[in-house]
Amino acid sequence: MFRLEARTSTPAWFNLALPLLAIAVALVLCSGLIAVAGAGVIEAYGVMLSASLGDSYAITETLVRAAPMIFTGLAVAIAFRAKFWNIGAEGQLLAGAVASCAVGAIPMPGYLAMLLMALAGAAAGAVVALVPATLRVKFKVDDVVSSLLLNSVIYYALMALIEGPWKDTFSGYPLSPPIEDSANFPVLIEGTRLHLGVVVALIAAPLCWFLIARTTLGFRIRVTGENPEAARYGGINVQRVLLSTALLSGALAGLAGVGEVGGVHFQVMSDISPGYGYSGIVVAMLARLNPLGVVPAAIFLAAVMTGAEAMSRATGVPAFLSDVIQGTALLAMLVALLFTAYRIRRVGASA
Amino acid sequence: MSAPLIEMRGITKSFGAVKANETVDLSVAPGEILGLLGENGAGKTTLMNVLFGAYAPDAGEILVEGRPVAIHSSADALAAGIGMVHQHFHLAPRLTVLENLLIGIPGKSGRIDRSGGLARLKEIGRRHGLSLAPDLPVSALSVGEQQRLEIIKALFRGAKLLILDEPTAVLAPSEVDGLFAALRSMVGQGLGIIFISHKLNEVRALTHRCVVLRHGKVAGRVDHPASTTSAEMAKLMCGHEIAPPAKGASTPGASVLTLDGISTVGHGGTPLREVSLVVRAGEILGIAGVSGNGQRALADVISGMLPPKTGTMTIAGKAVAQFSPRELQALGLGRIPEDRMTTGLVTNLPLADSMVLPRIGTEAFSRKGLLDPAAIRAFAEEQIKAYDIRCPGPMARAGALSGGNLQKALLARELAFDPKVLIVSQPTRGLDIGAARFIHEKFLAMRAKGCGIIVIGEDLEELLMLSDRIAVMYEGCIAGTLSGADATVARLGLMMTGAEGHA
Repeated sequence: MFRLEARTSTPAWFNLALPLLAIAVALVLCSGLIAVAGAGVIEAYGVMLSASLGDSYAITETLVRAAPMIFTGLAVAIAFRAKFWNIGAEGQLLAGAVASCAVGAIPMPGYLAMLLMALAGAAAGAVVALVPATLRVKFKVDDVVSSLLLNSVIYYALMALIEGPWKDTFSGYPLSPPIEDSANFPVLIEGTRLHLGVVVALIAAPLCWFLIARTTLGFRIRVTGENPEAARYGGINVQRVLLSTALLSGALAGLAGVGEVGGVHFQVMSDISPGYGYSGIVVAMLARLNPLGVVPAAIFLAAVMTGAEAMSRATGVPAFLSDVIQGTALLAMLVALLFTAYRIRRVGASA
Repeated sequence: MSAPLIEMRGITKSFGAVKANETVDLSVAPGEILGLLGENGAGKTTLMNVLFGAYAPDAGEILVEGRPVAIHSSADALAAGIGMVHQHFHLAPRLTVLENLLIGIPGKSGRIDRSGGLARLKEIGRRHGLSLAPDLPVSALSVGEQQRLEIIKALFRGAKLLILDEPTAVLAPSEVDGLFAALRSMVGQGLGIIFISHKLNEVRALTHRCVVLRHGKVAGRVDHPASTTSAEMAKLMCGHEIAPPAKGASTPGASVLTLDGISTVGHGGTPLREVSLVVRAGEILGIAGVSGNGQRALADVISGMLPPKTGTMTIAGKAVAQFSPRELQALGLGRIPEDRMTTGLVTNLPLADSMVLPRIGTEAFSRKGLLDPAAIRAFAEEQIKAYDIRCPGPMARAGALSGGNLQKALLARELAFDPKVLIVSQPTRGLDIGAARFIHEKFLAMRAKGCGIIVIGEDLEELLMLSDRIAVMYEGCIAGTLSGADATVARLGLMMTGAEGHA
């Protein structure tokens, strides 16, 4: 018989071991699905690995896909640190994409355009995130529900835009007008899609870590998240901290949209995000809300997504498997988090 | 001789290298109240958790009425007739008294057995004098009534042995008498009780026998608690004599805190009505009163958690404008909250974070929005040393510390900034004698340095020992103030019930 016992402390190596364990469990569980689909498990995972990380081009593709999830992962990690339950990174990403696309379509010098696109996208994401945060602070509306539902509102607003005013009159497709060529983010390695936004994402992670670990705002975010009552007693304006966190979180998610417009699609369409906002939640949980952990977690999910497409082509296993791996990894991680608070103990057979 | 109701033999339980219990023997006979004594960290809670099935012992056995039993969960413990009333209640506040009793009890074909539950509740009321209105929601019950419900819950499930973990810590003196009467009636009918407490006078008044734990081992057994002095028991608990702290004469100076006509609204508890108070430098003002007579509102106003509706407050001669924690702190107010775990500290973060929390934005710990981790760490390490706070280090989770060490940490974080006035609520609630003595000595040292201290408390003996003056609160007002020399438990008790006013 086994039972759970409360732990007094959590060993530091758990921060690394638990996500790896969760990923391993997810891959093992999903191998059953691969077998059901009639493919060899080793072969399928082998194709996934080589297509996502097997050569330098594959690695750049994986990084390009990881960039938006680094941003949304950071957005969620920072929000969750304050226990502002921002499930709305998807909508904030879309708002950031729309705003940056609108700015990018205005003719102006390239670097100015990129800067303004980033600012506009971050601001749009921040404003969207402010809605559920304000509702919570002023009216005690549950932020999980409001931020989640807002995603649909933003999505359909985007659809209305590209089906209406922004519709491509020439082709009739629901696509926004493209941004100016000069506003396209520079590509760093010739022949790949590795754009400037990817580097910005990689730099954003340590900056966010610094913000959380080394600034008074980060301190207030951590304390407010862990114990708002003690925070208030200690003189922290809890409501202001929540609103600041929402602005930051929304801005980061907005930047994910900016990168997709400026570096990948150069315009806005209905499927500009295959759920990067929701993947951000998985990324943040795998990273245990540590901004530095967000980078490897996002790269892992990106590798699964890129690899799944190749695997699908090679073995016939549906590419949806990547969604299943993502979901299973999140569930496994949530279960694994139990071990930070409890240990399993063997109990002798009952008398 | 009949078999004891419960017997624990050679119980050993380790957490890593720490032996929380080492070959502990203990037994309770039917009709007996056993006192379980020990300082914080002596292993009382671990031992009771072993008995109640929360921990599996590494060695040793448990016998119920002479038969060895294996207890792996609280369900096993309940089935063996062991009930436990924890310090923190386990009740569903939105459900009614009866619904709380019926939680986890299988009903008839999926339906709740309401009438059967009502009958049992009535029977318990008749047999032990413990009654509660069955349809009242738990959220409407006082703390004392919630505790009564926990006891009824254990009896409802057929407990023959009841473990009470510091049951009086949350009760007013009048409620304690009621609890003791009920406990005596219960053992009169053959039940057994294990009574855990720090309050030696209560242990001496109530228990038939005591087991004293120290460092996880049985340090001594007391066969006649009533005829044993508190000092002798304290010596068994600590391993050395404890002398009462020396309280020098005080010469109060200018007033450092004044409240003038403070009234509050809302906020849940009893509001304040026209409260006026003065605390002078070098003086300890005690605030006595039955719990729920406005003490919470008073503490919240003074510590900046609740701006008053009317009235004015000054600290060291300066009027308070905003009643925010930061403003009050800047004026020289030190604050120690009633609830260490929820209001004082952030249990999941490093201890150092909690120790610098109220002053994180000041020059001492940050510059231009950037933390100074070295200064934070150095401050925490310095205070840990100065106050002998037992912990693995400044970066250890605050929640891993014992109550006494947490209270020392809260005291350190305020006293390090030399407050002119200090407000504390229930300063030693749940602390063992050693830790309580340490806190008392710090207060007296601050008083000698000219700090004005306001102590809100329910432990009258503590207030009488510390205070130069004692004000009594009754229904949100100050019912009267006595000088330390005039105050006695009897007199304060009368004023606390509103029977005697004294300006």
